[in-house]
Amino acid sequence: MAKIELDLAHAYLPDPKKDSDYALLPLKMAFEDGGAYALLGPSGCGKTTMLNIMSGLLSPSQGSVRFDGHDVTNQTPQQRNIAQVFQFPVVYDTMTVAENLAFPLRNRKVPRDQITKRVGQIAEMLEMSDQLNQRAANLSADAKQKISLGRGLVRSDVSAVLFDEPLTVIDPHLKWQLRRKLKQIHHELKLTLIYVTHDQVEALTFADQVVVMTRGRVVQIGSAADLFERPRHTFVGHFIGSPGMNFLPATVVGSGIQVAGVSLAKPDGQVLPEGAIKLGVRPEYLVPVLAESAGALPMTVSQVQDVGTHVMLSATFGGLTIKARLPSDSAPMKVGDPVWLQVVGAHTCFYKDDEIVA
Amino acid sequence: MNKTTKPVNQKAWLLILPVLVCVAFSAILPLMTVVNYSVQDIISPERRVFVGTEWFAAIMRDEELHAALIRQLTFSLSVLVVEIPLGILLALSMPAQGWKASVVLVIVSLSLLIPWNVVGTIWQIFARSDIGLMGAALQGLGIEYSYTGNALHAWATVLLMDVWHWTPLVALLGYAGLRSIPDAYYQAASIDGASKLAVFWYVQLPKMRGVLMIAVLLRFMDSFMIYTEPFVLTGGGPGNATTFLSQFLTQKAVGQFDLGPAAAFSLIYFLIILLMCFILYNWMQRVGTQTKEGGHA
Repeated sequence: MAKIELDLAHAYLPDPKKDSDYALLPLKMAFEDGGAYALLGPSGCGKTTMLNIMSGLLSPSQGSVRFDGHDVTNQTPQQRNIAQVFQFPVVYDTMTVAENLAFPLRNRKVPRDQITKRVGQIAEMLEMSDQLNQRAANLSADAKQKISLGRGLVRSDVSAVLFDEPLTVIDPHLKWQLRRKLKQIHHELKLTLIYVTHDQVEALTFADQVVVMTRGRVVQIGSAADLFERPRHTFVGHFIGSPGMNFLPATVVGSGIQVAGVSLAKPDGQVLPEGAIKLGVRPEYLVPVLAESAGALPMTVSQVQDVGTHVMLSATFGGLTIKARLPSDSAPMKVGDPVWLQVVGAHTCFYKDDEIVA
Repeated sequence: MNKTTKPVNQKAWLLILPVLVCVAFSAILPLMTVVNYSVQDIISPERRVFVGTEWFAAIMRDEELHAALIRQLTFSLSVLVVEIPLGILLALSMPAQGWKASVVLVIVSLSLLIPWNVVGTIWQIFARSDIGLMGAALQGLGIEYSYTGNALHAWATVLLMDVWHWTPLVALLGYAGLRSIPDAYYQAASIDGASKLAVFWYVQLPKMRGVLMIAVLLRFMDSFMIYTEPFVLTGGGPGNATTFLSQFLTQKAVGQFDLGPAAAFSLIYFLIILLMCFILYNWMQRVGTQTKEGGHA
């Protein structure tokens, strides 16, 4: 097990000039020993590149990778003692399930009785004990991916276990089970786990710390609550949550905030830069308030969707559309109704140039 | 009427009639003429006698045929033993992509594009001990090499010629098999700490199984029917040292005009190839797919 420090940049092109030439822009970050991390971002944001650089399948075009302070930039995955699980199941067709699980240990000349013990333990965790002597080639995709996961977890002395969207091929209902299993295994084995995904639910339930990435950049590292309450970048606000955060263009003038021609009072004690900013407010924190309440805008309901557990409300005001998520027992509303929504409140975040300012 | 049974329409047979006619003309009728010859003694175009299974009995007891059959089996097995591993080795060492891959692919496939009798002629000249590059070089090294006089040398030369001609086919098939393995397998094996040998044994070889099976069958069938190249190179000699089955058959049918025994032998020849392919195919299907008992882990 090891603390992993990255101080690097990577481009697949030989001579990167613009920011968009980089798969990973220059970054500096650390993964603590024994943590459960998720790398979250849309396709093409550089998360798999970062994972492959950590595992050693790819070497960064600039900078270094350190494990516990030692430079491992030029080491192979074997030398780094990394385990990695891929998006699509990889099993050795000619071997049984047990032989598959034992393969990483056998290659490292672990004594036979230890292998048997460890394979038994992992098979137990993955609920595959009764399939140990079956040939891996004839199993379902789910079972094959469980074997891949098992091979990743079977070595107890690894520096870290890296998962590259490992549950893509798994059935939705098994997904829940396996994700819980992984979380449980993390507690039992105390391994450093790093998990790449584009699914926010997967990332938020699995990891203690979520690393949100976009366009080769890490925009925020934080717990699920941090990402929800205080997105540091508009991308995080927009990407996390369903639907994402509402953003309203606004202008700070003296002690007031101008939103779509209406002047709202600045919250007490907030220091905001003069000029153009954006207000960010989660749909979950938008509730109808009494007319003329502080920080509220008079809006018109444009769409109402009752999805059972809650009501999704879209409302417009002066060319702005915002979404609110109301409890299902709230007063019924229909299209065209006036509604006052409080956009400046305790949970409102303020952004300048997409970065949070308050 | 029972409503659960499917409707029966005998007219459907008409749909397969064209195929039946084609196959009849391309395979069944010619084969039947051979069957026809095999049970008759044709003395002259007007006089023929039905002899039953006599030709079959005679041909089965033919010492010369036994010798040719053993020669043929030895040759085909040697071909497989040399060409399959060599082809795999070649496939493994070929570059995976880029212009080098294209160049190597063209070079490797060159020998496959040469007509059989030209191959025979090339080697006939190449191996001549007076002017041939290989023959003269061996002479120069002090080896009394002569593919026309020495049975062993003739054998080695025919085998070498076949290896030169056909190993590229095995290599190309193996190469196609290798290219179809996703990168993730190599990455996973590297992370699992597998040695190069283990990667070959547990990843590459199992993934190449399908194409290698085709390679083995093709090479077996082709080498079992080999005719032109040894005919041009050695003419079956010295003595009968390189007379393989099809040349033996030609001698009988065309040389001596023994149509009856030749026809009987043709059928047996055909059955031998069919049987061998059946055995090989089933054996290779089982290897690597059988359930391992116990498992040692």
